[in-house]
Order: sequence, then structure tokens, then C-alpha cells
Amino acid sequence: MNAANPGIESLNEITAGDGSVATAKVFKISPSINVSEPVPAAGQRFSMAARNFFKWLVPPVLGLTIFIGIWALVSQTSPQLPGPLKTWASAQQLFSDPFYNKGPNDQGIGWNILASLERVGIGFGMAAAIGIPLGFMIGRFKFLNAMTAPIISLLRPVSPLAWLPIGLLVFKAANPAAIWVIFISAIWPMIINTAVGVNRIPQDYMNVAKVLNLSEWKVFTKILFPAVLPYMMTGIRLSIGVAWLVIVAAEMLTGGVGLGFWVWDEWNNLNVEHIIIAIFVVGIVGLLLEQMLVLLAKRFNYE
Amino acid sequence: MEKYVQIENVQMTFDTKKGPFVALRDINLNIEQGEFVSLIGHSGCGKSTLLNLVAGLTIPSNGAMLCAGREIAGPGPERGVVFQNHSLLPWLTCFENVHLAVERVFARAESSASMKKRTQAALALVGLSHAEHKYPHEISGGMKQRVGIARALSMQPKVLLMDEPFGALDALTRAHLQDELMKIATETRSTVIMVTHDVDEAVLLSDRIVMMTNGPAATIGEILTVNLPRPRERLAMANNPKYHEYRSAVLDFLYRRQLRPAA
Repeated sequence: MNAANPGIESLNEITAGDGSVATAKVFKISPSINVSEPVPAAGQRFSMAARNFFKWLVPPVLGLTIFIGIWALVSQTSPQLPGPLKTWASAQQLFSDPFYNKGPNDQGIGWNILASLERVGIGFGMAAAIGIPLGFMIGRFKFLNAMTAPIISLLRPVSPLAWLPIGLLVFKAANPAAIWVIFISAIWPMIINTAVGVNRIPQDYMNVAKVLNLSEWKVFTKILFPAVLPYMMTGIRLSIGVAWLVIVAAEMLTGGVGLGFWVWDEWNNLNVEHIIIAIFVVGIVGLLLEQMLVLLAKRFNYE
Repeated sequence: MEKYVQIENVQMTFDTKKGPFVALRDINLNIEQGEFVSLIGHSGCGKSTLLNLVAGLTIPSNGAMLCAGREIAGPGPERGVVFQNHSLLPWLTCFENVHLAVERVFARAESSASMKKRTQAALALVGLSHAEHKYPHEISGGMKQRVGIARALSMQPKVLLMDEPFGALDALTRAHLQDELMKIATETRSTVIMVTHDVDEAVLLSDRIVMMTNGPAATIGEILTVNLPRPRERLAMANNPKYHEYRSAVLDFLYRRQLRPAA
């Protein structure tokens, strides 16, 4: 919002003819104007902020505590499952040197995370580069939609790992095959959501385009693309979620460096602490990816 | 006076799943330059369809439509459209929304500085100079509709087409914008065709009121010429016997002769 904030007087003037609705809206939108409203005393404000902070903090902390408690209890009865403390100690040791490199089968956790992220990045990037334009075209042209609909509905429900043998066969190497699996599993949500977004563009906007006689390029940059962006972002978010889910399984099968392979390796070593750590790492990285995209999506929400 | 918009024997048939549906038939209407014409009728009578035909958004199944002597074959910048629900693009500021239209019409002939001036002039005309950098969600419904009008006017159209432009606004805002529209139409000497279902709005604003029969196969039932001196004052009109005569004439047509079958 780059509108220079007008003072209260000019605001009243602006909205005088339009009733109070506008005033209320404008007030909500420009927080800097709120300064003129009566503010509670500093002490009171602090205690309110503190209370809100605790309200926000207590439930998740309680949940996590109970979760770790149950985990500790279960590990007491089952001697093979390491408890929270043991896992924590092991994690500290593991993360003290995340980037060591002792040959292809023994690398630090940092390298493993980066290797997985790299595969997801490449596979996901290629899926976006193909899926998003394809989605636009499917949404825009009914013929293409009818043409691709049966293929998409047939291939979309297929488990991602079923594509792995095909990848191994075609690429004759493990790494491209893993990327291929990411690609094929990440592409569907992007195609479908982009196409749905194009379909759902309000007729009003298209009428505006018609009435103003906009060129195809302007229609795309000023109407189609911004209108579809929120849908596209949803597709991207779903895709990256799927890609991150699939990478562990794919790497377990293909080997090399990566979180999936590491889990499998530690299973062979019977190092259960590391497996639990891997689960947490996968969860946390997935959460961060998701949150990043949520933030990005918020930026493109116009309503 | 010159016939600006000519509609001759126009028929509009839509293909539906249940077979062809005749929405409009035998429409004959000539509109002069600078005239303010309202289309009124019950919902579903095809008044918006007729406006879309003039706008060029749809093409008639039969008959001829001319604007300034040329056949209407599609939308054109000489016909500016104001939509019912403002239809501003939410990701563009008020300025950018209007500029999009200006750019389309004047980009070849004018410098970007003069196009900027045009955009600002259009916003000034509707009294929104102060809001040019605001986004549509930051302004009220009435202001949005005014930006919509500015966008249509900025193309310097010969005809302004309005599809229930104030239908979604509250009564006070609506009255305010009607007054402004009257002023703008006089200032710019625009030819205006407006779809409405508000009898007072039609009588207050129009030179002629085109009353349409109920659909399907709707047509023009009657045309009422409103001979009230301009400028018209809303308050003065309230005590004007002729105003009430016109008002009753329209009401009589709508509620006695074209009483809508139970919807």
C-alpha cells in the first residue's frame, strides 16, 4: 500500500459522500491512523500483550510436552526404542559436525539434507516449468482440456514410486530416476490448480478485457496471470508437499546421499536414534518449506 | 439531431440445452447524440442482453445494429461500458485500472505523459483524485463504481453504456452518484444508455425511458419521453406534478400491464 496516508481530516472529506462503511474500511487498512485512537496505559498494554503471548504459547508447548512424555513412556516399556533423552544426546553429537565427508556412503547430516533438497528442487522446478504453462493452456482451451483430461485422471492417482522403474530404465542412473519421480508426482497439483484457476476467472474480468479490447499479452499480464496466481500458489504448495513426502521413499530405493538413503543406512546399522532424528528433520524441513510458500502466497492475495 | 445508435429488427436467440431460446425480438430503437436513454423492465426481460448487444459483447442473431453509422461487430472504444459490479481489477490501483483503458485507446497517438494526464483527468471528473493510488479493496462501493465510470469515460466514448450501475449501492450513495452522473453527462455531452430497475432513477435521469415487456421473447413495450427541464434537482422533482405523472406511467406499465408472473 503505497498510498500516502492522508490525515484524518482529508479522510473524512473523502468518505463524506459514501457513508461510514468506507471510513471503517480505511481505518482497518492503514494501521498508522490508529495512533490517534485512545491507547491503554503502558502497563496495561504490557500485561495484555503478555497474556496474549501466553495464550499463544501454552497450548503448543503443552501438546509437545505430552507428546514427548508419551514417547518417553513407550520407550520405557520397549527397550529397543530410544527415549527422548537418548535421542537428544545423539542429535547433539550428530549436529555438532553436520558437514563431514568420509566418502560417498558416510557424510554429515547437512550434506544429506542438502542432497535431498537439491533433488526436490530440480524435480519440482522442472515440474513447475512444464506444469504451470500446461495448466494455463488447459484452462484456456477447452479442446486441450478435453484432450488431456483422461490422461491426467488416469495417471494422477498412480503412486509416485511406481514411476521409479521407468525412470531407472530410461535414465539408467539412480539420481535422475529419483528426480524423475519427484517431477512426475509434483506436476499434477500444479497443472490441475492452474487450470482450475484459469477456469474460475470471474466472467467480469474477461468482459473488461473484451470491452477494453486488450491485446492477448495485456490480457495475460494484467488479468489472467494475477487472477490465477493464488490458485497457482496453492498448486505449488501442494506440489512441494508431495515432493518432500516422496523424496525419502525414492532415496531409500535409489541410494546415494540424501535423507532417505540415510534412514535406510541407519536402519541397516540399527541406529534407531538416527532414524528418529531423521523423522524430525524431514518434518521440520517440510514445515519450513510449507511456511515459506504460505508467506509467499499471502503476498499475492489481493482480496 | 443525428441518430447515433440504430437498432433495427434485432432478435437474439440463445442456444440452450432445451433448444433455442428467444430472448429478444423485434427491437427497434434509435438513439440521438447526447440523449440519455434508460432501459427498464422486470428481471429476465432481456434489458442487459440488449445492452450487451450494443456493447458488442454478444452479436445479434438477426437484425442490424449501427453505432455512428458503422455496424457493431464487437466491443469498441467508442462505446464505454460501466458494469453492475464495478469490475475493477483488484491487483491494480485506481489509477492503473483507468490507465489500462487509456493506454489501449491512446497509446499510438499520445505520449505517456499525456496519457497520465488523461487518467488523472478522468479520476478528477468523478472526484477521486485523492484515491488514485488506492487499491479497490481499500475504497467503498460507491467509490469503486465511480472508478468504473472514470474508466469508461477515460476512453472518450461516444456512447456510455451502463448496466445497473448503482444497483449494488445503498440508497444514499446511489442518489449521490445519480446526481454526479447527471452532471458528468451534461458536462461531457455523452450519449448514455442505462439499464435500471429503479423507476425514480429512470425518470430523474432519462430523456427517454424504454420499457420492455416480460421475457421470453421480450420486446420494447413502450417508450416514454421525459420532458423535464435540465438541470434537474432531486428535491424540486419531489414536488413536480409532471415528475409524478411520468413516475406513475412507468409504474403502471411495470406493475399493471407487465405484472410479473409469480416468480
